[in-house]
Amino acid sequence: MQNKLDIFLLIGITLMYSTPLVFGALGGVISERSGVVNIGIEGMMTVGAFAAAATSYFTGNPWLGFLAAGAAGGLIALLHAIASVTFKADQTISGIAINMIGPGFSLFFCRLMFSKATMTLPAKTLPKIFNENAFGDSSLKNLNVDITVVLALICATALWFFLYRTKWGLHVRAVGEHPAAADTLGINVSRTRYLCVIVSGILSGFGGASMTLGIISQFTPTAISGQGFIALAAVIFGKWTPFGAYGACMLFGFAQALTVVLGGGDFAVPSQILAMLPYVLTIVILILFVGRSVAPKEDGVPYEKGVR
Amino acid sequence: MKIIVKILKKPITSTLIAILFGFLVAAIILAVTGYNPWQSFGALFNGIFARPKYISNVIIKATPIILTGLSVAFAFKTGMFNIGAEGQYIAGTIAAVCVGVKLNLAAPIQIPLVVLSGVLAGAIFGGIIGFLKAKFGIHEVITSIMLNWIALYLSNFIVNTDAYHQPNSTSSYAVNDSSFTMLLPNWKTSKAGMAALKPNQWLYEMMIKTDVNFGILVAVIMAVVISVLLYRSTKGYELRSVGFNRDAAEFAGINVNRNITQAMIIAGALAGLAGALAITGNAPHKISTMAAFENNGFNGLSVALIAGSSPVGCIFAGLLFGGLLYGGQSVQQEVGAPTEIINIMIGTIVFFVALTKVVPLFADKLEKRGTSHAK
Repeated sequence: MQNKLDIFLLIGITLMYSTPLVFGALGGVISERSGVVNIGIEGMMTVGAFAAAATSYFTGNPWLGFLAAGAAGGLIALLHAIASVTFKADQTISGIAINMIGPGFSLFFCRLMFSKATMTLPAKTLPKIFNENAFGDSSLKNLNVDITVVLALICATALWFFLYRTKWGLHVRAVGEHPAAADTLGINVSRTRYLCVIVSGILSGFGGASMTLGIISQFTPTAISGQGFIALAAVIFGKWTPFGAYGACMLFGFAQALTVVLGGGDFAVPSQILAMLPYVLTIVILILFVGRSVAPKEDGVPYEKGVR
Repeated sequence: MKIIVKILKKPITSTLIAILFGFLVAAIILAVTGYNPWQSFGALFNGIFARPKYISNVIIKATPIILTGLSVAFAFKTGMFNIGAEGQYIAGTIAAVCVGVKLNLAAPIQIPLVVLSGVLAGAIFGGIIGFLKAKFGIHEVITSIMLNWIALYLSNFIVNTDAYHQPNSTSSYAVNDSSFTMLLPNWKTSKAGMAALKPNQWLYEMMIKTDVNFGILVAVIMAVVISVLLYRSTKGYELRSVGFNRDAAEFAGINVNRNITQAMIIAGALAGLAGALAITGNAPHKISTMAAFENNGFNGLSVALIAGSSPVGCIFAGLLFGGLLYGGQSVQQEVGAPTEIINIMIGTIVFFVALTKVVPLFADKLEKRGTSHAK
């Protein structure tokens, strides 16, 4: 068993690593489809991660923690919405601000609540899909992943259905592609963008929660370190579609799982070089298969009524 | 009224308003969580200005982020979002260490070689981003993010190779002394140097207790050079027109793709320079295994934004940022408030920089109202 490549382990780790990314990337998709660039996913995920761990620790209920993460993410996303929709501010700048404010707030309150430490105490985590002993000691137990894996898939499907099979989804896409036309049809551009950015924050918050209530059981300063940016890349990689982004996250998770599985054996490649694999692979795939990515037409452009 | 409108329209006014709001929000948060804002800000200012050592350290802290800020600002001007300054900075440190450890020549040859190798490494990392964008249309944000991580793991790899790993540590060997860019490193610790410095307490503390180095001079010079390049040269005109309107630039006969690549090479070189100077100028003159980014590049983003992408503005924004980061440590030591209040403050400043773009618009409205009243 030791030397054979364990396929179930590979799948299990792929799903585990990709889940926080999926939530973050879905958040990015909904926001950017409505025309608001969201560089702040990282910051939103961090507040989510902290809110989840802290709430779960104090209430003992991880599901409350999960909801709190969504609320916290949505709240900080509201800031981004105010800046980019109401004040028509530069969305990149506002996003970067969120990336500083998010971790700043999380660590600030973490120190206040957990006697000056920058990490929370271990919190109760969300359940796995199956009962703990469902598979005994067989290799299949690696497939008994966190419940968040399923939730992420549900969210991706729901977002796809929403964007492409409902009237409101059409509205969102119209607002992102041609807000002036949407406006003349009576769609409220500002309200649509506000809602999409807030939902983006909620999803990103869930992403943070699936880190601290699934993969690790506490919040640490490095709990969210770059996942938000990878999610951002996945949005572009997946060409701003829910399943495209989902696939990009899976690919990324798979590459990370490969490094873990291969790194465990007596493999000749140094672990640091192996660790580069996901990032190199992403660039190579982009060069070979994906190519030019075209953003929603009015992505990042504040909407001014009456301006052509 | 005219004077108010004029003042409001100046970009610096918007920035100052943003900084004011940053302090205001931080004060509110401190007050709500039970810390005295005045006392905290007092500790912050003391932590920046109270001793010559502090001032020197603020400048040392500001040097790399002024340069990475310049890198980001320059890329911004050409329409590129260089979120990869972090990776380019790391690439600069790696190359500087590799060359500085292996070579040991006379300082006048050694220093340029070490620094230029860092510049080159940064330029390569930046150039890859530009090239992939120009040739394959791959979004610069993706490649930047990926290259940041690649640089981080490459650095960790180099640290752990037999050739560079210092036994029983988590770091590489330090570069040879001949690569140091501190001000008179040997003289100041010699007997003669100590004796000469002793009478001037101020100078003594600054020289002996901190790594006073030439980095800040290079940073200031580079800010001026970049400014001249952007606004006083044909190349700069091309680069800015590509940033301002890509299609129009193309129509005017400017080779957009080549300019994108060149812009990213220069931006990368600046960030690489920051990394190399950090190695040659500051103890411990080596790279260590990193678990997460050290944010010298990411902080450059904020510096560039606070500076409104003005190259010379980056000097001041970098000093402000360096001061807040360094002085912020005293807030926790003296008042007990978590030092992260500084991150919230800086984030808020950046946030309001985004918002205060409306100030000039507001001034326009004010002006129009003024003229309509005049009628």
